[in-house]
Amino acid sequence: MEATKSTAAAAAQSTKKKKVSPYMVFSTIVIILLAIAFAFPLYWIITGSFKTQVSINATTPEWWPSEWIMTNYGKLFSRQKAPLWEFAVPFSSRFSADGKDIIWWSGPQVPAAIRWLINTVFMAVTSMILTCITSAMAGYALAKKRFVGRSVLFTLIVCAMALPKQVILIPLLREMSGLQLYNTIWAVIFPIVGWPFGVFLMKQFSEGIPGEMLEAARIDGASEATTFTRIALPIIKPGIGALAIFTFINSWNDYFMQLIMLSSTSKLTISLGIAKLQAENSTDYGLIMAGAALAAVPIIIVFLAFQKYFTKGITMGAVKG
Amino acid sequence: MKKKVSALLAAGMAASLLVGCGGGAASSSAAPASTAESTTSAAAPAESTEAGQAADITLWTYPIGKWGDSDSVNELLADFNAQYPDIHVTVEYLDYTNGDDQVNTAIEGGSAPDLVMEGPERLVANWGAKGLMVDLSDLWTDEQKADINASVEAACKDSSGAYYEYPLCMTAHCMAINKTVFEAADAMQYVDEENHTWTTENFLKAVQAVYDSGKTDVGAIYCSGQGGDQGTRAIINNMYGGTFTDAAHTKYTADSAENIKAIQALYDQDGINFDASINGGEEITLFRNGTLQMAFCWNIAQQTNSDNGPAGTTNSGDDILFMAFPTDSGDPQLCGGIWGFGIFDNGDENKIAASKTFIDFMANSDETAKAVKTSTYFSVKNSLSDLYKDDEIMSEYQKLMPYLGDYYQVVPGWAEARTAWWNMLQQVGSGADVTTAVNEFCTTANAAASAS
Amino acid sequence: MAISAAKKKTAQPAMSRALVRQETIAGYLFLLPSLVFFLGFVIYPMVMCVFTSFFDSTMNRADVFVGLQNYIELFQDSVFLGALRNTLIIVVVSVPITCIFSLWVASAIVNMPSWATSIFRVIFYLPVVTGSVAVTVVWKWMFNNYYGIFNYIGKTMGVLDQNINWLGDSKYALGCIILILLTTSVGQPIVLYVSALGNVDQSLVEAAEVDGATKLQAFWKIKWPQIMPTTLYILVITTINSFQCFALIQLLTSGGPNHATDTIMYYIYYTAFKLYRYGYGNAMGVILALMIALLSAVQFKVTQSD
Repeated sequence: MEATKSTAAAAAQSTKKKKVSPYMVFSTIVIILLAIAFAFPLYWIITGSFKTQVSINATTPEWWPSEWIMTNYGKLFSRQKAPLWEFAVPFSSRFSADGKDIIWWSGPQVPAAIRWLINTVFMAVTSMILTCITSAMAGYALAKKRFVGRSVLFTLIVCAMALPKQVILIPLLREMSGLQLYNTIWAVIFPIVGWPFGVFLMKQFSEGIPGEMLEAARIDGASEATTFTRIALPIIKPGIGALAIFTFINSWNDYFMQLIMLSSTSKLTISLGIAKLQAENSTDYGLIMAGAALAAVPIIIVFLAFQKYFTKGITMGAVKG
Repeated sequence: MKKKVSALLAAGMAASLLVGCGGGAASSSAAPASTAESTTSAAAPAESTEAGQAADITLWTYPIGKWGDSDSVNELLADFNAQYPDIHVTVEYLDYTNGDDQVNTAIEGGSAPDLVMEGPERLVANWGAKGLMVDLSDLWTDEQKADINASVEAACKDSSGAYYEYPLCMTAHCMAINKTVFEAADAMQYVDEENHTWTTENFLKAVQAVYDSGKTDVGAIYCSGQGGDQGTRAIINNMYGGTFTDAAHTKYTADSAENIKAIQALYDQDGINFDASINGGEEITLFRNGTLQMAFCWNIAQQTNSDNGPAGTTNSGDDILFMAFPTDSGDPQLCGGIWGFGIFDNGDENKIAASKTFIDFMANSDETAKAVKTSTYFSVKNSLSDLYKDDEIMSEYQKLMPYLGDYYQVVPGWAEARTAWWNMLQQVGSGADVTTAVNEFCTTANAAASAS
Repeated sequence: MAISAAKKKTAQPAMSRALVRQETIAGYLFLLPSLVFFLGFVIYPMVMCVFTSFFDSTMNRADVFVGLQNYIELFQDSVFLGALRNTLIIVVVSVPITCIFSLWVASAIVNMPSWATSIFRVIFYLPVVTGSVAVTVVWKWMFNNYYGIFNYIGKTMGVLDQNINWLGDSKYALGCIILILLTTSVGQPIVLYVSALGNVDQSLVEAAEVDGATKLQAFWKIKWPQIMPTTLYILVITTINSFQCFALIQLLTSGGPNHATDTIMYYIYYTAFKLYRYGYGNAMGVILALMIALLSAVQFKVTQSD
């Protein structure tokens, strides 16, 4: 697929090079202008985070900071402290002697903003791993196993996929509080894992596993688990990669669920943290931009580093979905 | 490989069984939950009587002066723990934009804090009225009642006589003007600088004078929502002597002719904008950075704030003069702010007892002076009325305290009325007929009042 | 590709009963971890959502059954109807613009040298990775009435003669929300279109051009049918995303001024956590779900008929 694409593109270029139509010049200029406009908010966040209050409030915008200051970051990091790491084992309060959650490990006190970043990474990575494992297994079963209730289940999954999960916020909140998961990161992770898009995607990918290979494995006496890992997994691996990227971005940006489920300072994600920062200091844009930069820059670096995989993942998810 | 995978599968299944146990079916989760509950409730009374008050409690504070600042609060907590080392207090700092939603989701999520610090409009009229708070009557001894300002006491209890708040501090909310700009615009002639008062007529003249001097953004009726609403209510009610509620605090009376006249006058006045994009906090920043020449959201904490330069000046060094709201009658009715503690009824006697110990320590001990000063406001107790006798600004500000008006924020349906109020101002700002908008506000607010 | 793979499915050979049982057990074991989360955190709350929508439910008191009362009240609630209208406006305006805009950008950058294509693709995808909250706070500053950059640019270029209160004026607020929504939603479609257009068989296009077809004709007759599946996918995801627009509104306008930017999503949140009316909020959720289901069904029908 890649090969045909690049030759096609090369062919296109060789023909296009000869004639440069006025339309192409025009469209290139417009695209460049648009690109500047699209990159501008990010530029404004980063430069804004180094500006003084005076330059931020200037009626004539300072396109380039006249004076670079670090105070905004200083303020951001000195505001509140939280332990570096403090994730509770889900449901552990049920089993622990004192009725409190069992904490894996509690680290030293660090600026709360750092903790928010750690929470967000933990949340996104855990959601990603759990989603990939459960969806790969379920997608494989839906595509390759014949069993009672399969089509009913698949229909249910397709229907549920179209619904915005925000509509279930109230019952979900009550459920989480019943499970004593409210105000833990798990309350955000579990609904993401439950979201059936991954299963759907994995089912589409698993359709491509040749039935003869599975049949051959079974005749050789391989167990179900072995068949899945040895034969199915390598074939659907690219799909899992696509799903991983999808889930990572979506959970990183899942502001709504975080807003409902998390409340204490040490439990917040970086998005919630900035929203709170904005609420508390609604006009200290320097401080808010410092927070926004802290939220945006790490994920943008990840994005740029894995850019190729991102675009591939997005396209693949769409082709199959 | 095979082992790895089966281990993975086993782990996955174990995890899902674990989840499944509490997952969908309420019946299966009921068993472990109820056993856990019974053990704690059996243990609790024993502990509270024998082992003293060892407890972990949570305190959520709104930004009430320096009670919203962790360094200051940590100092107070250190003093508290020196005396009660077994009570561990965890503090969360809320803001006025999202704080209410945060408390409400926490209540619904079954994780309401033990202690909350705010005013009667939330503790008494909202959460108290919903039956979520603990009655603090035992803290209100006769001795304390005698010491505490009578109108404060009235605000802290509901109609049945239950006390849902134990107060710590109070202030009068006022407005402020940029004196330097007013002088340059020759508008100080309309201001009684000595007494910090002015008439409605002079107020409007002063605004016009500043507007004519080239400062076209004089003041803003901020109305994007949340926080600082007392400022917009106070300016409107005071101008022609309207009231916000009836005297019994049962219904909203903002649709009176006086209020409509005031809103119309503000809308028609050059230099006053109804701005739906900013809230009270943003108005203050705009006033401080010189964009606006007066602020309706002001109090002593703002006047003494020195984050961006000397207290009592704007960022560029202009003098700030605090003012009572303008009236026709010459008798301003300032909105009060009362702040104190309430306890959420989380069903744990031990924690409630510990929370009461905390309140007692902050509001009724030698620590009280420090706790009040942390709030930057005045004490509710007559015995502490000279807390700031050496402080020039505070003494000057005390001139406004006699103008403290009725504390009407305890009228039912407050939370809904507050949102409807912003919406009414937004409507007026976008050109809607004042009478229609105000009537709609009163209908909505009174419906909410009678529903709750 | 997926479709062809699915269609090539060969008929299953008849299986013995023992095999069927084994397949069923294995199938459900593989499904189990996923099903726990799916049933526990998606289906169960959905059922509860529908169930509670028939109750007057609020905090700290038992629910009271009210039948259809919540639904009847909804359609008399002018704020809800306004929110419904705003939601539809957002969807109707942003979905076509997103599709057309991203198709145009994609077709303009797809024939550039590959380094340029990839740079532009990255730039247009930036707002998506930046995250909705970070994007929102910076736009709030840019829209600021007193020192925002839009008023400055407008005044410098002579378009505006005085500051416009973008987010505080009910005439502009919804437009501003839609504009921001657009910048955060074209990233993915552009990536998809670039890939889809890159896969179009160039020899067909060239053959058509040799035959004297104009560029536009070549596009409609040859490219458009080939990128149709991509377009449908984009339509579906953009529609769902536009319905879910929440962070923008909560952080920028809180539904104001004067309910001009209330959407159903925001109103559900408001009803639940400011008015504590859970049953009423759930009824709204049900209506929203029905609307999306209906739209999805229509879009699904279109896909099938293709």
